Amino acid sequence: MDLRSDEPELRALMLAGLDGDAAAHKALLARLAAILRAYFKGQFARIGRGAADAEDLVQETLIALHTRRHTYDRSQLLTPWVYAIARYRLVDYLRRTKASVADVPIEAAAGVLADEDPTAVDSTLDLMKLMAQLTPKTRQAIQLVKLDGLSVSEAATQAGMSESAIKVAVHRGLRALSLLVRQRSPS
Amino acid sequence: MKTDELIDLLGANVEPVKRGYMRTALLAALAVGAAAAFCLRLAVYGVPANPFSGEDVGLKVAGLALALSLVVVGGGFLIKSARPGEAGRGALIIIGLLLLAIFSAGTIALALASPSAWSGMVFGPQWAACFFCIPVFAALPFATLVWALRKAAPTRLALTGAVIGLVAGALGAAVCAYHYPSSSIPFLAFWYGGPIVLCGLIGALLGPRLLRW
Repeated sequence: MDLRSDEPELRALMLAGLDGDAAAHKALLARLAAILRAYFKGQFARIGRGAADAEDLVQETLIALHTRRHTYDRSQLLTPWVYAIARYRLVDYLRRTKASVADVPIEAAAGVLADEDPTAVDSTLDLMKLMAQLTPKTRQAIQLVKLDGLSVSEAATQAGMSESAIKVAVHRGLRALSLLVRQRSPS
Repeated sequence: MKTDELIDLLGANVEPVKRGYMRTALLAALAVGAAAAFCLRLAVYGVPANPFSGEDVGLKVAGLALALSLVVVGGGFLIKSARPGEAGRGALIIIGLLLLAIFSAGTIALALASPSAWSGMVFGPQWAACFFCIPVFAALPFATLVWALRKAAPTRLALTGAVIGLVAGALGAAVCAYHYPSSSIPFLAFWYGGPIVLCGLIGALLGPRLLRW
């Protein structure tokens, strides 16, 4: 099977991200966003859904790729892992929104994730509204570390929590956000 | 929300992921579940006086070996199944062959015996207790494995649930194996193999609910 020609490059970004390289991780997510957008738009075109829905799914999948990145086996190719998660999110999304799942073909990861689409539209997600549903401690940890960009130790000092408590809160918060994203009523 | 904002959010202060984290977490869950089932067994039945004695010791060891190989192969499949995009077909085939071996051994042993002996072979002492005790003991490893898999990313939920059920059932059978007599091969096949398969079916039904992410 022919993989994306940039598979080695994407995989290198993933491996660096897993070792804690935030810039590489961010670059990877940006590249994958474009790939996922093309994939979901293509799938949605078949069943008559719009670009905003596709963007919702791009963001859901990015959250899933991030919060489940420990499930990637460093010795394997990256694209099949990304495709399996993208397809799982798509099927789950269609099931949630009561569309027919039978329309989603199982294809080889290579051909499906071939294109890129850089034209992002806003999704229907409202991050601040979702954040409001988190517990205060979790919300504060996400705000400090993820939105304000403080280091874990700075956030710990500011919030009066231990560093490990901050890490746990951020981790839990992202998990909770991904759940909230999926549970919100479809637009 | 703009996707770029989300990427900024996810890409800020990225924590490194430990190598082999998934495998360690799953094996730990398996070990904790097995230990819990074993402790429950000790609490319910007490310490076995002399488990590997008596005339059925060969059958007991064979049954234990089959159950533990199911646990090992099934555990290997679960490690693959926790990772999106990995098929684990080899492990599934071996699981199928192991189950086939158990049930065909039982059927062949019956076929070789005279029909008048069938009822005695199948409905050996305490068959019902054996049948019901295995799913009960399987519940603990089932719970720990589901808990571990929920933190992973299984994409085939019914299949993963079925294998969790089989592994938990096999652990339950292994724990019960030296309490109940294994008087004949058909007894072993039907009253140990049967509940293991039942656990697999329950797992397949519960998987899509419990493992969804």
